Amino acid sequence: MATVGRALLILALAVAFYGVAASIYGAVRGRDEWIASGRRSVYAIAALVTGAFAILEVAFLRSDFSFATVASHSSTTTPTFYKGAAAWSSQEGSLLLWLWLLSLWSSLVLFATRRQLRRVAPYATAVLLGFAAFFAGLLVFRETPFELLAVVPPEGNGLNPLLRHPSMMIHPPMLYSGYTLFTIPFAFAIGALITRQVGAADWIRATRRFALGAWLFLGIGILLGARWSYAELGWGGYWAWDPVENASLLPWLTGTAFIHSIMIQEKRGMLKIWNVSLVLATGTLAILGTFLVRSGILDSIHAFGASTLGVPFVILIGILIASSVGLVVLRRNELRSENRLDSLLSREAIFLLNNLVLVAMAFVVFWGTFWPLIAEALTGTRRALGPPWFDKYTVPLAIVLVLLSGIGPVIAWRKATVSNARRNFLLPAAAAFALGAVLAALGAADRPLALAMFVCGAFVVASVGQEFWRGVGVRRAMTGENPLAALRSLVARNRRRYGGYLVHVGMALLFVGVAASTAFNDARDVRLAPGQSVRSGDYTFTYERATSRISTHDGELEKISFGAVVDVSRDGRHVTTMRPERGYYPSRDLRGLGPVGRFFEGEATSEIGLDAGLRRDIWTAMTPDIRRLLPTIEEGDRVFAAAAGKLPPALEGQALGAALEGIVDKYLADRPQATFRVISSPLVTWIWIGSIVVFLGGLIALWPGPDAARRKVTARYAARVAEDLGRA
Amino acid sequence: MRHAWPRTSAARSKRSVDILALLVIVAVLTAVVVVVSAPLRGGRVERTRGAAEDDIAELEARKEAKYREIRDAEMDLRTGKLSREDHRALDRQLRAEAVEILKALDDARS
Repeated sequence: MATVGRALLILALAVAFYGVAASIYGAVRGRDEWIASGRRSVYAIAALVTGAFAILEVAFLRSDFSFATVASHSSTTTPTFYKGAAAWSSQEGSLLLWLWLLSLWSSLVLFATRRQLRRVAPYATAVLLGFAAFFAGLLVFRETPFELLAVVPPEGNGLNPLLRHPSMMIHPPMLYSGYTLFTIPFAFAIGALITRQVGAADWIRATRRFALGAWLFLGIGILLGARWSYAELGWGGYWAWDPVENASLLPWLTGTAFIHSIMIQEKRGMLKIWNVSLVLATGTLAILGTFLVRSGILDSIHAFGASTLGVPFVILIGILIASSVGLVVLRRNELRSENRLDSLLSREAIFLLNNLVLVAMAFVVFWGTFWPLIAEALTGTRRALGPPWFDKYTVPLAIVLVLLSGIGPVIAWRKATVSNARRNFLLPAAAAFALGAVLAALGAADRPLALAMFVCGAFVVASVGQEFWRGVGVRRAMTGENPLAALRSLVARNRRRYGGYLVHVGMALLFVGVAASTAFNDARDVRLAPGQSVRSGDYTFTYERATSRISTHDGELEKISFGAVVDVSRDGRHVTTMRPERGYYPSRDLRGLGPVGRFFEGEATSEIGLDAGLRRDIWTAMTPDIRRLLPTIEEGDRVFAAAAGKLPPALEGQALGAALEGIVDKYLADRPQATFRVISSPLVTWIWIGSIVVFLGGLIALWPGPDAARRKVTARYAARVAEDLGRA
Repeated sequence: MRHAWPRTSAARSKRSVDILALLVIVAVLTAVVVVVSAPLRGGRVERTRGAAEDDIAELEARKEAKYREIRDAEMDLRTGKLSREDHRALDRQLRAEAVEILKALDDARS
């Protein structure tokens, strides 16, 4: 099947090249049949890549180790749940996932617009097919997932234990959906620039939903990554300003700016240069994010390591930047605003300010991420900027952003009067300041930035709450519905508005969680012997006793775990018992390693102890001290080396099991010390709750409105406008 | 000869797999060519809007956006973000803009 898979990718590459040519020829000559043929090329690529992806997935699920990628990223002992996800844990598999998602989303948008956008769509098709050709080219010439091994190994290397987390099943598809969906507004913007249609509302209307979908998927992907980091990486944080994390944040920030400012273009015909620049930058940053993960140019625990993909990506990014800048300069006359800002006290002005803050944040993140390369170019020494540098700039910007997300909903479009603004701000501001005063009295004044974030977050919740309250009141006055029905119909009739408001509330909750858990967390790294304790915040962590166990899967030794039973108490009262562990997986690379020693030279993962609550999280991870075991491990390896070939395999397996049991028992008998990281951190759960609220709000905003209702309302307004026309 | 059987059998099996793969590839290639070239061979082509229809669609999109703006202004009035006087002035302006779009739509359609 590998031959078929490879052939499907070659075919996809050929079809992509053909489709680019057919689309451009059709657009230039005005030939509908060529345009349709180009569009069908996208559908064909989607089908071909679906076939290739299915072949790879089947190979993973069947543990077909004749595929090199299956042998190096899966094993017979990998749980089936993770075998499916193992396909995209490799460089080549994740590239195939990227191409697959790109082809599916491209097909969807081109099918939806097949009778529209006569001038723009063919060029957009060519751009999307250009992306498809690039990724298909990489898969055919550089990183093929269908490479076969000359000698089929009996067992594979297995999935990296760190990736065995439910978030990792969903995180990459979400992230890549975000990236690939952002290429759609990018492609249509290029088409609109080429055809001088950039001021048109038509292409924006057709692709706005895709931009919103991209924003939502990318956001979910980023948050799932944060959750994985918190639960799996054993350092107790959810965001480390790692280059690859930053790379996914960059297009999300500019995409957030775009989905706000595009509303101003839709309504007022303003900010055309700004909007088109944002959408082009977002598309380019999505490719840049993909490049950073793959090229290995920046050190990251998330990257695939050094690869040969850097040069093609740099060329692609160069082409994207040059063509984007060139087209914007060439079309500057068509990009002039139709209107001017009526007042600085208007929602447009707030959106503009919000855009500036978001772009400033993106710039800070970009600068900090690429600083190692910039420093190396300037000084010859590579120096990375750590979290304090990022926090110094992003925290004040985030506070302003949250504040603006509370102001936006309570201020009118075009022009708000001071008296109205005062009336709308009074209640939310009073609530926010009251909360701020209470928190300051409770001691939060020691952390002014965190306190400012709490006040701003409360302001957002209060202002959006007031909007919902008033909206429901209006609906009830109009229809006499009960409050719940009024709320439902209010949201259903204004999905964009109220979905967006919910997103603001979710973001405020998320930022409050981040501020609280960053400013008020108490993290301790301490070495303890059984019976010893350490305090973190109000909690006392007592290392009660050591644990150890051997895990098997399908009769094979999977890992050895050394852990601890930790009692957590507060004011002498038992709160919870946690069982953090460190799991040691055997190295698959047997060179120079003995059968016992290889268990301690492979991957190691942390199983954390976590007691999460609405008010605080108690978190712990441990690293056992196994130095005392090393002589025993070396002795075991020597014994097995001496007995090599003298024992039948079954007996050798039994002997190895007994040796490992002995090591596990010795660990317990030694009453070993261990290094613990203990953290008590407030409001972390609100980060995840806020994320869920953001997700729900995004879904509401994204959900198509009821056509019938829209037509009815449109007809009603049309009649009124027609009436005005009659009077004029 | 006894040693040769497995090899021959394996080779035959591999060849049959290769032939099967080749058949699959040829079938897929044929299907792709048929599907992609259908519009060029006189097959059904989804009728794309002409330039005039594109202009109408653009004006329709502008009209929708203007109506949304009128609705938003009305909501702003009802939720207390706009005073009655401000709303009256804004509404008048928005409706005038909507009228211009409707006129342009009529022109494009005629």
